Amino acid sequence: MRLPLLAAALVAVPALSACTQNTTASEAGEDDRTITVSSTDDACELSGTEAPSGKLTFDVTNDGSKVTEFYLYTENAERVLGEVENIGPGLTRQLVVSAPAGTYLTACKPGMKGDGIRADFTVTDSGAKVAASADEAEMIEHAQEEYGEFVQEESDQLLAGTAAFVKAYKAGDDRAAKALYPEVRTHWERIETVAESFGDLDPKMDAREADLEPGQKWTGWHRMEKDLWPARAEKYESLTMKQRAFYADDLLANTKVLDHRIGELEFTVDQIANGSRGLMEEVATGKVTGEEEYWSRTDLWDFQANVDGAKEAFEVLEPILEQNDPELEETLDERFDALQKQLDAHREGDGFRTYDYLSAEEVKQLADAVNALSEPLSHLTAAVIS
Amino acid sequence: MDVSRRGLLGGGAAAAGLAGAFVAGRASADEGGTPRAGDPAYAFRGEHQAGIVTPAQDRLHFAAFDVITGSRAQLVALLKAWTEAADRMTRGLPAGEIGPVEGAANVPPDDTGEAIGLDASGLTITFGFGPGLFVDAGGRDRFGLADRQPEALRDLPHFPGDNLDPARSQGDLCVQACADDPQVAVHAIRNLARIGFGTVSVRWSQLGFGRTSTTSTAQSTPRNLFGFKDGTANVKAEEAAALDEHVWVGAGDDAKADWLAGGSYLVARRINMTIEVWDRQPLGDQESFVGRTKDSGAPLSGGGEFTEPDFAMPGSDGPVIPRDSHVSVVHPDHNGGVRMLRRGYNFVDGTDALGGLNAGLFFLAYVRDPRTHFIPVQTRMAKVDALMEYLKVTGSALFAVPAGARPGEYIGQALFA
Repeated sequence: MRLPLLAAALVAVPALSACTQNTTASEAGEDDRTITVSSTDDACELSGTEAPSGKLTFDVTNDGSKVTEFYLYTENAERVLGEVENIGPGLTRQLVVSAPAGTYLTACKPGMKGDGIRADFTVTDSGAKVAASADEAEMIEHAQEEYGEFVQEESDQLLAGTAAFVKAYKAGDDRAAKALYPEVRTHWERIETVAESFGDLDPKMDAREADLEPGQKWTGWHRMEKDLWPARAEKYESLTMKQRAFYADDLLANTKVLDHRIGELEFTVDQIANGSRGLMEEVATGKVTGEEEYWSRTDLWDFQANVDGAKEAFEVLEPILEQNDPELEETLDERFDALQKQLDAHREGDGFRTYDYLSAEEVKQLADAVNALSEPLSHLTAAVIS
Repeated sequence: MDVSRRGLLGGGAAAAGLAGAFVAGRASADEGGTPRAGDPAYAFRGEHQAGIVTPAQDRLHFAAFDVITGSRAQLVALLKAWTEAADRMTRGLPAGEIGPVEGAANVPPDDTGEAIGLDASGLTITFGFGPGLFVDAGGRDRFGLADRQPEALRDLPHFPGDNLDPARSQGDLCVQACADDPQVAVHAIRNLARIGFGTVSVRWSQLGFGRTSTTSTAQSTPRNLFGFKDGTANVKAEEAAALDEHVWVGAGDDAKADWLAGGSYLVARRINMTIEVWDRQPLGDQESFVGRTKDSGAPLSGGGEFTEPDFAMPGSDGPVIPRDSHVSVVHPDHNGGVRMLRRGYNFVDGTDALGGLNAGLFFLAYVRDPRTHFIPVQTRMAKVDALMEYLKVTGSALFAVPAGARPGEYIGQALFA
């Protein structure tokens, strides 16, 4: 997943945004819950101003000349219940939102400026159960806090661990450095999607040799990994102590910058959910294939750490998910467990067997468990913000 | 006189009687090479090679060869034999002069036979020369051609995201066979490989099952395996000035390689897609990565498929077409105006060891000079394109594609003159 925490410095997105879709199909019998919206440069026309409570669908077409947005606010515009952004001229986007009975405001914002063109909108009581929004707001706040604490804790441990690793590496204590390497990287991999979101730091800290562009100096974890485990390298020339010190100091300095930046982050629930999905994508594309730790073959440590991070995100969102989609909650719970059982079978001592020890069949089984989890996990974001 | 893949009817073949006993396969073209209505055949000979601006056919079989002889005469003999066979097959005729079933019972047929009954199916066969034809890995002149090697014909640099399999990369010669029937494309490569045994060795080959580009305004835009329309802004056959500017090598482009004038460079890249991960991306994210809607292919700045993207139109967080979207990254406006003639194909080579689709886009692009028209664009794409997260390049090659062979000439004759 690409930059899930793009511009995540502070919570800019309302806690409750809604899923957007492009389809135009509406469910049979749900016609009265489907509202078409035509947004022009100076008007916002809805096919109706009233709908029964439940899952409402707004098909928003931009019939104007500027990019537009559509919002559904609670009364007096206190809170955004749902929004769909960046609708280009001539395009249609769908907003699906669960709305309990009450009085709302709709708004089109051609040009994305100001309060927009507003109108009252009424949701009548249909008897359909819609989550009490007050509880949800509280749960969301709690999830955000918990996840923020988790990320900070991992970042702190990453910084402390990196300091210990580079100390051993600089001192030429390869044994200690090799033992620390997979352990310390665990703290990176648990928050990898957060760490990766800083596009200037990631290439300096976590680039693999194949990721480099011509002229780019290779620095970071994997540069030192190759130096510690050169067995698979052809005609490898070990780094001098002076070179070692350069790469070690560089990594520690960048880790400090990272830790500082992470301290300024806050996370919205959709970012947390996207991060969970993103970590499992990292597993699918780099770890299960044994590509991440090409030299040390310690991929299963990273694998476990990505799963840890994905599971933490899932767990902080679990109360919200239990309410919004208990079936999905149950499925994800089971599949995290099933994957963990697979991983546990490869434990050795405090860590894991190296990747080259896995048979083709065992790798396939791990991949199957990753797929089994990742597919329902891709619905997590939409479920927690619905 | 009508001709067919069964050989010239009653035409002096060893077993003319036998041939006459069968109902001939449908004829594809008369001896002048004029296609019959509803039965597309493209002339092999001409100013430019066919298979470049030719409306992209649905199927591909592409092969790269290593030259295994040290003899220049043997190499030239192969190019002559390939020219004749290609000329025949693109007319819907058998690869050899006798035919798949018309010859003596005690010798293998000179055509392999799987195209019996099939017409030309729009077959084009396009030949190219790789850097390895000129000098070997040690820099030694192989066939007295080193001083005619084009400056631009060098192995492509390593790009971030490249995870190249040497067994799917490079090659001294290439043959691109495109047709509307997959069996016809495979038949062409199979028979050319057979003719080449002893002179060349197949290094790798690639099947493509569906075109991902349009090379004519008369064609509709197909979809790639991400599910998006691909190649909307391609250089098209109808754009004569753009072809001269971006696709055909000009007469004065490279003093050492004047033989390549009227030809082009072909960049071939096997781009694997991480299909399963892509499929888990929300629709809105997929569209942001591409910069177009999945449905109509309209740019996110609005309109329809062929509306020009408006990269300045503001969205809620930067331009409404994200700066790292594919359409923004590779658009000519952001690459000094350079355009490519893309002719890629979807491929699925079964599944990988993890049960995922071994699939993606076999990217083929014809450009006037890869140093200006491909390398900078690919470098930029590898660095900032949001799609790169879902791509892995597993094969790569560059070829110089000579101008077309005129009547009586063999392909690439100017290089050996």
